[in-house]
Amino acid sequence: MLSVPSASVLVQRHSLVTRLTHWINVLALLVLLTSGLQIFNAHPALYWGDTSTFARPWAAMVAMEQGGQPVGITKIGPAMFETTGVFGFSGDQVRGFPAWTTLPTYRSLADGRRWHFFFAWVFALNGLVYLSANIANGHVRRDLLPERDQLKPRHLLAEIADHARLRFPKGEAARRYNALQKLTYLAVIFVLLPMMVLTGLSMSPGMNAAWPWLPELFGGRQSARTFHFLSASLIVLFVVVHVLMVLVSSPLNSLRSMITGRFAIRQGEGR
Amino acid sequence: MSATRRRWLSGLAAAAGGAMLSACDKLTMNPGVQKTLAGAEGLTRRAQRLVTNRTALAAEFPASEISPDFRANGSTSPGDPEYRALVDGGFVDWRLVIDGLVERPLSLSLAELRAQPARTQITRHDCVEGWSAIGKWSGARLGPLLDQAGLKDEARYIVFHCADTLDPNAPEGLARYYESIDLIDAYHPQSILAYDMNGEPLAVKHGAPARLRVERQLGYKHAKYVMRIEAVADFAHLGGGKGGFWEDRGYEWYAGI
Repeated sequence: MLSVPSASVLVQRHSLVTRLTHWINVLALLVLLTSGLQIFNAHPALYWGDTSTFARPWAAMVAMEQGGQPVGITKIGPAMFETTGVFGFSGDQVRGFPAWTTLPTYRSLADGRRWHFFFAWVFALNGLVYLSANIANGHVRRDLLPERDQLKPRHLLAEIADHARLRFPKGEAARRYNALQKLTYLAVIFVLLPMMVLTGLSMSPGMNAAWPWLPELFGGRQSARTFHFLSASLIVLFVVVHVLMVLVSSPLNSLRSMITGRFAIRQGEGR
Repeated sequence: MSATRRRWLSGLAAAAGGAMLSACDKLTMNPGVQKTLAGAEGLTRRAQRLVTNRTALAAEFPASEISPDFRANGSTSPGDPEYRALVDGGFVDWRLVIDGLVERPLSLSLAELRAQPARTQITRHDCVEGWSAIGKWSGARLGPLLDQAGLKDEARYIVFHCADTLDPNAPEGLARYYESIDLIDAYHPQSILAYDMNGEPLAVKHGAPARLRVERQLGYKHAKYVMRIEAVADFAHLGGGKGGFWEDRGYEWYAGI
């Protein structure tokens, strides 16, 4: 049991539906990311537009020979980086991302696709449950939309300064999310995650026939593939920062609140 | 933290990570897991068919967008002696056979195929690997061809038997390329047996003398080097029973995604 100081109160922070969908989402995103890298490895190059200009990808991972030794090279635009062991060549194999990042670790586009398209359904349906429940019960409006006082430039600047010094709201101020937190969650929930679904569907030739406007929206199928990759990278960045913030603010309290729903707030403490 | 302790801890982390990775691989190879994951394919097919009109066309492009470097995958120069003989003879001895569950089996020469109701389309080819290329295809429409042969009521799928051995080490029946589609795609207006690409007779690497174009699915459905079209009620008795060369190797039969 986590001991709660006597001056604290436990408040109900996360509803059951939020907690369930959060952890299902963790699993789904982990499988989607790793199986997605497996799929990416089948052709580790990115393009803009509708088609692949094989000689001129805007980004690519390749293997080359240098002094009789294979090396991994990552190209981004005109820049080239040696990334042997990580990108392009790793574990004595020519491969985009290394074995430990892909599902399965061995090369299998067919298996990667199976995992990806099963968990794409899990992810999409789970997201729909989260959104419909939390829009209906007012959680999005009440807890995620920033309040007027939080959006004042002076307040935002103060929050940025606090975050930079790893100082987080305590006491009563911890009852609500801070503005940076709210804006980040909104961007992930309403921009990045839907972007993954839409750019994913844009790569489906069947969906392209049904909704030709969809790939056009992103500037063509290969652009959609590029945006799929970039959005996924931003989600990885979000997860890294999210977990870091949990670790440096109140790890056990935050983790408990996402499991049991209860979050401890120390009373009589301002900031 | 002492150096020994740090080494011990990082060793432990590496072992735990390794165990997790090998567990993921074991899960992937588990037949029950495979079957469960593959279950999503049916859901995807039904959901896509629900939102897609049967005759909804794949996007067509202006000639200016034709790819100068259309890549060829799979077989690019089949070594099968029967096929080499056809190439050497300029395909004058090639015959397209249409049989199986049909009223009137057909055998068409290339000239006869070229005389059939045709369609030309500039479409985007999407490879399962992730790349795309745009090409201009002309060919005989599959629907009218099947009508000429007269499908029997029991016919549910159209199978394309190909000339190329793509996996010479595989057992008999699994070595040669083949594909299958259902009647919704077979009768789709853009489903053609293409004999011209970008205004020229189809090159060997792209499937000469004729390949299937089934524009709403991924590249591996577009069987090259087509020799025989067979109408069947079921494809379980063919090859590995999954309806195609790549399907027998774990890829989806419905390749609209």
